Amino acid sequence: MDLRNVTTPPSDRERVAIDRVLADHGFAETDGTPGRTAIGGRSAATRRDLLLPALHALNDAVGWISEGGLGYACERLTVPPAEGYGVATFYDQFSFEERVEVVRVCDDIVCGPYADQLIAGLDGIEVERTPCLGRCEKAPVAFIQQPGFRRTEIAPASPQSVLEGEPTSVDTHIGVIGEAVLLARVGSVDPESLDDYRGAGGYQALSRALDEGADAVLDRIEAARLRGRGGASFPAAAKWRAVAQAQGDKIVVCNADESEPGTFKDRVLMEADPFAVIEGMTLAAYVTGAERGFLYVRGEYALAERRMIDAIEAARAAGLLGEDVADGGFAFDVEVRRGAGAYICGEETSLFNSIEGLRGEPRDKPPFPTQEGLFGLPTVVNNVETLVGAVAITMDKDGNSKLFPISGAINNPGLYEAPLGVSVAALIEAAGGPTSDVQAVLVGGAAGKFLLPDDLEVTLDHGTEPPLGSGAIVVFDTATDMEVIVDRIARFFRDESCGKCVPCRVGTIRQVEALERLGNGGAERETLDDLAAVLRDASICGLGQLAAEAVQSALDLQLIGGRSD
Amino acid sequence: MFGAGGGTSSYEEIETTDLIVLWGSNAREAHPIFFHHLLKGIDNGATMYAIDPRRTSSTAWADHWLGIDVGSDIALANTIAREIIAQGLHNEAFIAHATTGFDEYRASVEPWTLQEGERVTGVPASAIQDLAHAYAKAETAQLLWTLGITEHYTAADNVFALINLALLTGHVGRYGSGLVPLRGQNNVQGGGDMGALPNKLPGGQDVADDVGRARFEATWGVELRAEPGWHLAQMFDAIEGGDLRTLYIIGENPAQSEADGAKARHALESLDCLVVQDIVMTATTELADVVFPAAVGWAESEGTVTSSERRVQRVRMAVAPPGEARDDIDILVAMANRLGHDWPATTAEEVWDELRSLSSWHAGMSYERLEALGGLQWPCPDESHPGSKFLHARLWEEPSGGPAAPFTVVEWRPPIDELTDEYPIRLTTGRHLDSFNTGVQSGRSRAPRRKGATIDISPEDAEHLDLSDGDLARVTSRRGSVVAPVAVETGLRDGLAFMTLHYPDEVDVNVLTLDKWDPKSGTAEFKATAVRIELEG
Amino acid sequence: MITIDGVDVQAPVDATILEAAAKQGTEVPTLCYLETLTAASACRLCVVEVEGARVLAPGCSRQVEEGMVIKTRSPRVDRARRMVLELLASSVDLSLAPELLELAEEYGAAPERFGEVRAQVQLPVNIDNGLYVQDLSKCVLCYRCVAACGDDAQHTYAISVTDRGFGAVISTEFGVALPDSACVFCGNCVAVCPTGALIVTTEYDMRQAGTWDEELQTVTRTICAYCGVGCNLDVHVQDNEIVKVTSPFDHEVTAGNLCIKGRFGWSHVSGPASPD
Ligand SMILES: Cc1cc2nc3c(=O)[nH]c(=O)nc-3n(C[C@H](O)[C@H](O)[C@H](O)COP(=O)(O)O)c2cc1C
Ligand code: SF4
Ligand code: SF4
Ligand code: SF4
Ligand code: FES
Repeated sequence: MDLRNVTTPPSDRERVAIDRVLADHGFAETDGTPGRTAIGGRSAATRRDLLLPALHALNDAVGWISEGGLGYACERLTVPPAEGYGVATFYDQFSFEERVEVVRVCDDIVCGPYADQLIAGLDGIEVERTPCLGRCEKAPVAFIQQPGFRRTEIAPASPQSVLEGEPTSVDTHIGVIGEAVLLARVGSVDPESLDDYRGAGGYQALSRALDEGADAVLDRIEAARLRGRGGASFPAAAKWRAVAQAQGDKIVVCNADESEPGTFKDRVLMEADPFAVIEGMTLAAYVTGAERGFLYVRGEYALAERRMIDAIEAARAAGLLGEDVADGGFAFDVEVRRGAGAYICGEETSLFNSIEGLRGEPRDKPPFPTQEGLFGLPTVVNNVETLVGAVAITMDKDGNSKLFPISGAINNPGLYEAPLGVSVAALIEAAGGPTSDVQAVLVGGAAGKFLLPDDLEVTLDHGTEPPLGSGAIVVFDTATDMEVIVDRIARFFRDESCGKCVPCRVGTIRQVEALERLGNGGAERETLDDLAAVLRDASICGLGQLAAEAVQSALDLQLIGGRSD
Repeated sequence: MFGAGGGTSSYEEIETTDLIVLWGSNAREAHPIFFHHLLKGIDNGATMYAIDPRRTSSTAWADHWLGIDVGSDIALANTIAREIIAQGLHNEAFIAHATTGFDEYRASVEPWTLQEGERVTGVPASAIQDLAHAYAKAETAQLLWTLGITEHYTAADNVFALINLALLTGHVGRYGSGLVPLRGQNNVQGGGDMGALPNKLPGGQDVADDVGRARFEATWGVELRAEPGWHLAQMFDAIEGGDLRTLYIIGENPAQSEADGAKARHALESLDCLVVQDIVMTATTELADVVFPAAVGWAESEGTVTSSERRVQRVRMAVAPPGEARDDIDILVAMANRLGHDWPATTAEEVWDELRSLSSWHAGMSYERLEALGGLQWPCPDESHPGSKFLHARLWEEPSGGPAAPFTVVEWRPPIDELTDEYPIRLTTGRHLDSFNTGVQSGRSRAPRRKGATIDISPEDAEHLDLSDGDLARVTSRRGSVVAPVAVETGLRDGLAFMTLHYPDEVDVNVLTLDKWDPKSGTAEFKATAVRIELEG
Repeated sequence: MITIDGVDVQAPVDATILEAAAKQGTEVPTLCYLETLTAASACRLCVVEVEGARVLAPGCSRQVEEGMVIKTRSPRVDRARRMVLELLASSVDLSLAPELLELAEEYGAAPERFGEVRAQVQLPVNIDNGLYVQDLSKCVLCYRCVAACGDDAQHTYAISVTDRGFGAVISTEFGVALPDSACVFCGNCVAVCPTGALIVTTEYDMRQAGTWDEELQTVTRTICAYCGVGCNLDVHVQDNEIVKVTSPFDHEVTAGNLCIKGRFGWSHVSGPASPD
């Protein structure tokens, strides 16, 4: 393409970082004979999907993205610089001003009460407030990005632990009601050992699938009624079947972007049982005939990412990924792609765009991912937990088992497994009960709904009220100022809106403003209801569609504002 | 092309074709909106090859660029042909059905092995082979060219060499496959179609054709010569030889646009009488004895123009001409009357209707239809005809309708202006996106990125010659020399330099070029000058 | 067979709801949609109700399916449209988008209710070249200019949407001035901008001076004076001076697009002379 390149040259470190990441991903420039032949046009622009890894390489290497660095990345990948800039500025993790390091401090609904104090203790260091970092059980949480490829998660964070840069603790407390299906190996097998995983029953599901054939796996998953655990509750078997029936190249994507406030279940699975995630993807690949897999992990999950990359390498070395997987006569491999701080990229079509090196804005549906997904190919996209569930089901385990991250004013915050149909009260009980009197419980994260203490006997399942969402449960005690919580949720949607559609781009900011006026005694219910209506009815994607859920439920339950109508 | 001087295809065809071969054309800059259609073709999955000495913004869009030596186009075409024939990829059925002269053609290209092609063109043999196979195997293919093919003293042969390739593979006469010369000016096509060629009457009719000529004689009430007139280069020779003493120029700026500009200006100055009709004062009007201020064709008068896809469209008066400027037709009628004729005031539509009565290409194109349909593509023989998207369908008809299409044996001849130690660099010329020809029209409008006159050289030459961006360099050819600021361009290779013709008032590039012209078409060797470049002062 | 507002309609398989409705004579309002561009489905003004669907569907991009029952007006539809218009009118300067203002009136939009202190798009006017002006406080982020500069026409990719959410804005890389960007000044972005956020300099200047008057203007269709492509031009003339050149969207040669020569190269006829 006749692109106009940025004229500022990259620094040596930037150049090396990009050359290395591109080489690591097998990108070789198809140069012709200088002055005589050249490969150009579309044939030169085939690896736009390496734009995001290249941006990370710059940011990781030198701490920010300079004109020269971005220009060099764009030139190598034949990406227009304006588009490269449009993509880079989409993500929170990238800086366009020179900086040494940044400490991201979570100030979301669980960590919020601690944030000010923590930040006050970090005087002289560049701090950015961020939405939920996915370690709510160990609030407060911080994430440090330093040049030289250093990324550190810290939980619980104190000024001292942040300054030392040492992760204080990584193990998440777990608990189980009934049989441990999804958490069976968590905490008991070494996540860095493939042998341990196999010793604990790992890869038996794949063997069984190879013995019995794809149809048998599909039938079993369908019979177990496994439904998506990423929030949309879509039947997994239906997706797999649709892609299995499609012709040509296909793709399996594991959605590990987990960014719903209060949610940390996928992180625990990846950190503690990474091979199970790979086995789940491999199973999906075997059933659907996909040869390429992508795992898209959120940019703040440094440890989970490391564990997944190591596990993939170990699986590949053992012949469990590659040209002939487990001698089963099919090819499949997995690439890890890292998000860069954008909740919207968990939405499946945004995720595809993000991997493809475009802005992480959602696409129209239809066409659905099973028809035209990643790179326009039929794609199975599943949540981490869904895939691990598929592995368990293949071994005749209960398909009804579900993970519930529980945090907030609770005695034993952590990750809990229980059969669907469990009541909120039972889960709170399993987590040691509330630390003090409960004012409200938020189910399903920021896109979820509040419950009052009297309503906690309600049970959680796909398709019932309150919506299951990610399964996250956050408990607020009577000392909590719910206006602050609801305001934080509203700001979350404002900040995370991709900005593509009018209802969400402007509606979420108007919602924040209306809540503020409401707090000052204004009569805003009608405005808020109208905003909720247009957000729900006319937004492109689930972010906008659910951006007023929690606010509306807080209003309905009179947790804020009182009844102004 | 086999009896019709126009591109065979429509723009829309390139949007769905399988293969695009862009040869000697920087259409991205010189024909930007045509390039939009080409880009649609690429978006729809077409593969593109581009042949150009320079790595231009057009070639950047090609999947494969072939950086040919200036003036070796015939060598490349013949090599492609030989490879296609050698591999048995030629379309034997089509050749037998619709063409003549294949055996002589085959014999003539036989020496052009891939190795020989590489030696003469500089393009690696594998790349030539690749293009040959792709062109021969494509279901549909569009072959397009511009001045890179025609601004040579071998212009006509260059074009024949390309036509041969289409005949060889059957890439002509079908929807999606064709040959398209992109026209440099808004009515080059129309001017030729209207008979502004030395050997043609309107509608592509040959002056030597007695029957056709008789119809014009009857309508016009005058006797017409059966011999072709002079083309531009012959006129200049005639001025020099004293045979042409009076010149009436309408809307041209030869004082700046002709090769070997010093010689051209000298010729114009030597005339007994020079009349120039133009919309603004130019270097040529400066030399004139009489200047007729004319209305701007596209905005101050009525009429038609014809585009590169043979589409005839209406131009209309949007503003009234300033001062004493008058419509071209008015001026011509007034001239005729002053010369003793009795021509009535005539509208553009009346002139057009007369043309329609004489040209079957245009017969069906009433003003009313042109307006209603957004233009029509010739041939359009009657008022119920929808116009023709592509030409020469007859070549595929059973039995073949009309005369067969002949292969033309063409020999490669190297550029006349030889490279020597004294003049070691090949200077070629071309256009920039935001300027047009000698800048008479475009130069008056803003263009934030207009580069101005520069001598563009490769990074390698910049190093040898110890020149860098912005240095003033003297460029000397066997005919003259100019001074221009240096621009180092990565799209150029060692030994290849580039200038545009847009800024004759700053740097008169045609002082350097050679006025050796093609005897068949009258175009001069603008594209291949041997020069020496050195730091000025 | 589908049903639109209670009427049975025959529509081709790949038709959008918008096209099917138009065929039946029902107009659905649009903002970001333009026939020559790929639908961005961004503004959501065209939403309609599809029976059985959880949310409203964008008419401009959703394709009809056999048996679809569509309502192009309903309380739900009208409320969504009113809110979209209210949200736009409360955040963007729509003074050069008269059709939107009319729609806002028709749907009863009341942007004042969002209060005095509300976020608005307020960006400095960018005058960095002599040909067109970017006044992005008028930008509704319809994505049209990006599509026209990019994949749908020009393939120059000089501008992109940058940043995210309410802060999203049309920009060059690192916000460099247009003459330093990839921009080739074809003005094809200006041609598609529905709000005057992108506007040719002649029009901008005349509007600033209060002399722009479309009532006094004629528009004449002619052909570009330059290369042999044959682009159709619509020449806008006021007081016998050319004030602007556009190209018809419904002509197959240009689809509304031009190059710098066709759109801006008319100073040899009349109007502001002297180039930079
Ligand atoms: C704003 C938004 C964010 C989302 N984030 C995630 C996420 O982080 N992880 C996830 O698995 N699904 C997420 N989803 C749901 C996905 O779009 C998709 O439904 C899911 O990945 C499908 O996998 P499943 O069927 O296994 O749940 C999100 C959806 C929306 C609208
Ligand atoms: S709903 Fe929000 S996040 Fe989703 S497309 Fe619209 S603006 Fe983007
Ligand atoms: S500048 Fe105009 S065309 Fe571009 S997004 Fe904004 S409103 Fe749309
Ligand atoms: S607008 Fe540009 S491409 Fe179109 S005819 Fe004019 S010069 Fe040629
Ligand atoms: S016109 Fe359909 S979303 Fe804008």
